[in-house]
Amino acid sequence: MAEYQNLFTRVQVAGHPGAGVSIGRDDRERTRGLSHWHWLGKIGDAQIGPIYLGWLGVASLIFGFAWFEIVGLNMWASVNWDPVQFVRQLPWLALEPPPPSYGLHLPPMNQGGWWLIAGFCLTMSVLLWWARMYRRARALGMGTHVAWAFASAIWLMLVLGIIRPVLMGSYGESVPFGIFPHLDWTAAFSLRYGNLFYCPFHMLSIAFLYGSTLLFAMHGATILAVSRFGGEREIEQIVDRGTASERAALFWRWTMGFNATMESIHRWAWWCAVLCPLVGGIGILLTGTVVDNWYLWSVKHHVAPSYPTVFGTVIDPTLPALKAQGAAPTTPEPAPATAAIQVPPATPDPVATPSSGVSQ
Amino acid sequence: MKPFRLLLVFCLLAGAAGCERPPISAVQHGYRGTGMVELYNPRMLLMQEAINALPPVQPATSQDGPRASQVFKNVKVLGDQSVGEFTRTMAAMTQWVAPKQGCSYCHNPQDFADDSVYTKVVARRMLEMTRHVNADWQSHVGSTGVTCHTCHRGNNVPAATWFQAVDPHPGGLVGDKAGQNSPAISVGYTSLPNDPFTLFLSNNAHEIRVAGTTALQEDNRRSIKQTEAAYGLMMHISTSLGVNCTYCHSSPAFANWTQSTPQRVTAWYGIRMARDLNSAYLTPLTATFPAARKGPGGDVAKVNCASCHQGAFKPLYGQSMLKDYPALMGHPSPSPAGAASAPLPTSAAASSTSPPGTAAS
Repeated sequence: MAEYQNLFTRVQVAGHPGAGVSIGRDDRERTRGLSHWHWLGKIGDAQIGPIYLGWLGVASLIFGFAWFEIVGLNMWASVNWDPVQFVRQLPWLALEPPPPSYGLHLPPMNQGGWWLIAGFCLTMSVLLWWARMYRRARALGMGTHVAWAFASAIWLMLVLGIIRPVLMGSYGESVPFGIFPHLDWTAAFSLRYGNLFYCPFHMLSIAFLYGSTLLFAMHGATILAVSRFGGEREIEQIVDRGTASERAALFWRWTMGFNATMESIHRWAWWCAVLCPLVGGIGILLTGTVVDNWYLWSVKHHVAPSYPTVFGTVIDPTLPALKAQGAAPTTPEPAPATAAIQVPPATPDPVATPSSGVSQ
Repeated sequence: MKPFRLLLVFCLLAGAAGCERPPISAVQHGYRGTGMVELYNPRMLLMQEAINALPPVQPATSQDGPRASQVFKNVKVLGDQSVGEFTRTMAAMTQWVAPKQGCSYCHNPQDFADDSVYTKVVARRMLEMTRHVNADWQSHVGSTGVTCHTCHRGNNVPAATWFQAVDPHPGGLVGDKAGQNSPAISVGYTSLPNDPFTLFLSNNAHEIRVAGTTALQEDNRRSIKQTEAAYGLMMHISTSLGVNCTYCHSSPAFANWTQSTPQRVTAWYGIRMARDLNSAYLTPLTATFPAARKGPGGDVAKVNCASCHQGAFKPLYGQSMLKDYPALMGHPSPSPAGAASAPLPTSAAASSTSPPGTAAS
């Protein structure tokens, strides 16, 4: 039986590497060493290079490296420089933001100071990389769609990392740099604000996230399905629709009654992907600053469904009415001490509330 | 391609190494479709069977005759018991707490009335504590009650206790863990702050309730870090009881009481009970215990949820041992021993310092 082959083939042709089209300038900034790597050819083009670094790329890498080192060395120091424990505990280790009691004041280095510096380095690195994406696209005479899609992700990162914490008046509201710690932080964030699943922007963000994956799967499948007719050469198809694109269009008309165009499918995908972090960031920005409990917000606006009571009457034991009825007669007064809810003294307390700021 | 398939299989196995193998039993515990489901690993339940088996009951004895205080010297707690019941209770305590060492673990063999052995002083106070729990904390222990065995289970020191966490390398310029980010069993191997006990189960107990009580922000200043600490305590409860969050909490709204399960109220009293026992009974024994029994911070071993529960939703799966040991049933006290050092009343705490729109925990 003949082997199935199309243009995405396991046969690799290794010719002289191409440096890419000259744009008349900046050519010297491209790396000289061009090579082929057979294994890369399994998933894409086997050629490596030319890489264009430029000063934006170099500065971005320096800042990114600084972030990586500050976080990594703090993690390593936190296990007393034990290399074995560093590897074993790595998923748990983190560089934590300052205790909330510092508000927006500068904390000592070991209580969030390193976190602030690391966060600054990461922000600079990402912003410089964004500028590089933008400028390289412009240099090639391309549109800047990639840069703006990247900007959407940066927006969410900055909302979580710095914009919302500043609005809340405390760097301690921000996210730790760590694998499990940032996940546990996320769960705590949802618990604090009454279940983030009831935030409509979170709902939209999830819809766009899943929408992106669905659209990606549909588009990828469609193109692969017509690649035997040259369908993967999408650019040519837009100009001169051939039999591949005709078949793909007919397939979706048959199955859905409607199909995207070779151009519009990419606009759908771009917006689906870009809107995911964009609306998510809006939801995060509103959380704590405007909305304090998304579940109650959802009840207020008739979004949350109500379920039948199956446990009988369960009453908050702290309610005065309950005490008056004597429903809890055998216990001593059960309130906690006051220290916990006081605005903290000068000495920082890791769980106390901050002494300044809009709200905590 | 064969090495790649092997590599793939290896990666999948490595990724699943921390997982529990199926089948897992799922038990619906609320209205359908709300995710109120309890998950149990039958193989782990099987392993728990041994520690939850009841020890043999001491043979019943006469409640008549002279009282223990009339026959024995220096009997301070169980003096109103008959001599038979007193002796029987002592034998049971030996079986529960010092089965290997016997009477001399607490008593001077030459003079049983002698208080020179520290364990006797501790045991007497623990006896008072047990009676206090059975009399004044029925909101948590119900009529099932507790005995020494509930925590000790044949060990001199209960298997699960806690000491105040001590920063392993304080000071310095780098590497502060902020009391979290270690694979600690105290918080179910999460990265959450791993000493929730000092924060929430000691006498200067912190606020647990963090969730907003209003739809819009009205100056609720509870921080995410505060939430992480409270979440750590919840992980401890979950781990100690072998249950999910939804054993107590309603999946749509964890903070909502009217949708919660009745177990949440029981747990609420349990937290207060642990605070009471730690501050009124255990911490005051600090001078009594020898250094070898204390933690790195010089504090005594204290109780948390795991001390009694030891992985079961109810200690000993709810089997009552108290009914067989009437001497351990104390008398409800109008002002319980814990009240003197117990925290301030809610109203005082809330009116002085709590921000508007929040209730004390």
